[in-house]
Amino acid sequence: MTGVNEPLLEIERLCTHYGRIQALREVSLAVPRGSLVALVGANGAGKTTLLRTISGVQEASGGAIRFAGADITRLRSHARVQLGIAQVPEGRQMFGPMSVEDNLFLGAYTRTRAQGESAIERVYAMFPVLKERRAQPAGTLSGGQQQMLSIGRALMAEPRLLLLDEPSMGLAPQLVAEIFSTVVELARSGTTMLLVEQNAYAALSIADFGYVLETGRTVISGRGRELLADERVKQAYLGM
Amino acid sequence: MLSQALQFFFSGLTSGAIYALAAIGFTIIYNSSGVINFAQGEFIMVGGVVAVMLTDAGVPLPLAIAIAVAVAGIVGLLLEKLAIEPAGNAEVVTLIIITIGASIFIQGVVQVVFGKGQRALPPFTGDKPILFGSASLLPQSLWMIGTGALIVLMLAWFFGRTRLGKAVLATAHNRLAAQLVGINTRHVLAVSFVLSALVGGVAGVVSAPITLTSYDTGIMVGLKGFVAATLGGLGSGAGAVVGGLILGLMEALVAGYVSSAYKDAVPFVLIILILFFMPRGLFGERVTERV
Repeated sequence: MTGVNEPLLEIERLCTHYGRIQALREVSLAVPRGSLVALVGANGAGKTTLLRTISGVQEASGGAIRFAGADITRLRSHARVQLGIAQVPEGRQMFGPMSVEDNLFLGAYTRTRAQGESAIERVYAMFPVLKERRAQPAGTLSGGQQQMLSIGRALMAEPRLLLLDEPSMGLAPQLVAEIFSTVVELARSGTTMLLVEQNAYAALSIADFGYVLETGRTVISGRGRELLADERVKQAYLGM
Repeated sequence: MLSQALQFFFSGLTSGAIYALAAIGFTIIYNSSGVINFAQGEFIMVGGVVAVMLTDAGVPLPLAIAIAVAVAGIVGLLLEKLAIEPAGNAEVVTLIIITIGASIFIQGVVQVVFGKGQRALPPFTGDKPILFGSASLLPQSLWMIGTGALIVLMLAWFFGRTRLGKAVLATAHNRLAAQLVGINTRHVLAVSFVLSALVGGVAGVVSAPITLTSYDTGIMVGLKGFVAATLGGLGSGAGAVVGGLILGLMEALVAGYVSSAYKDAVPFVLIILILFFMPRGLFGERVTERV
């Protein structure tokens, strides 16, 4: 079954535990090919845990993750990157003392040198400031530049699915707008994305589809614009 | 007077080279796992012991050296695969205790195979001292210093230029990010154990003609390597080299100007002072514990 309508990522009744504490309770969601799906929710709702479980750095304790039709629930993280799942993690997670260029090339670790060379040109075209600073240690970049580097590093893998965890966190409003316009641009070019955000309004207004996560469960889902109009969402997350 | 100082300097540099290699071994494994590998000295001992056994059995020296270094590397791989990896996500302290156990186990095996005696490897290129004024230097000392320098250069190339080396470094800097870019971090751990065992094996082989070797030589040189790594700042490659050389020189000076009876006390007095007054060492950065 690899029909065109089948979602690229499909999550079914996924559970995750940290020790005896359950962080995800039977979460189900789907990310169709070429779409931008937003996942919003309060702190501690399990958004980051969900992305960690999709990337395989956190073990699932139940349920299934299917990617492009194949069950990847038990695959190790590096194998998932090879399949085309890249993540822009929360808090940027630079290789701080290493140069910007080293950070980027490490993003293409699962690919050939030639693929890395051509990918880095595209990343530099997207974020010219990274090219200017390519020899500088990543840890010395400003917060906004680090976020660009983190996105650039994930794009180096030329992923089929890009997971973004709070890309706007801790950035000045002007930079937030810049990061969001980058996400919109990527969506336009056909990149499939799952975007996690606390900034629910911004995320839902650019998303094709949205899910609201509450204490480890998906409680509301719908088209991005519809969710923005939903009374429950408005009250709980948009402060209206 | 001057030639005496030069003599102490030579002898300090010689043992310092070995401490530096031992400290580099600690550093490589510490960086990729947070573990202090107390079996590091055993890699050095295995290198020396295997080389001695092979040459005694009539194997030509160059071949014996190559096999001895390879055996040390295999011991490193087995340690990681059979003792560290099965422990899974155990705490760092648990892993450290596992390395202590492995160290005792390796000593026991060698004691059975090699016997309890001390034996020496023949010097690589004779034992006619080279004279500098009235100070003299054994050719084997040059081998030790030169090999140490060569290994430092090779490691700098490996970590600075190769893809695998950068992956090991990246894992040390940020394990989560390394996993997310598709680095197989378990593989990296095995690579770092093998690498540090190879460095240890080389150190053991080049030092065996001077220091003699037996099943328990690894204990002291391992501890001194640990002191050197701490002095340089755990986790810093440059620190390991500088720490090793400083420790070697201090030992030689104390042995020369005070008494050789106190030589082995130097590292232990030093580690107490380091832990009290500069726990981060000379080049150390991290203060927080990795979790």
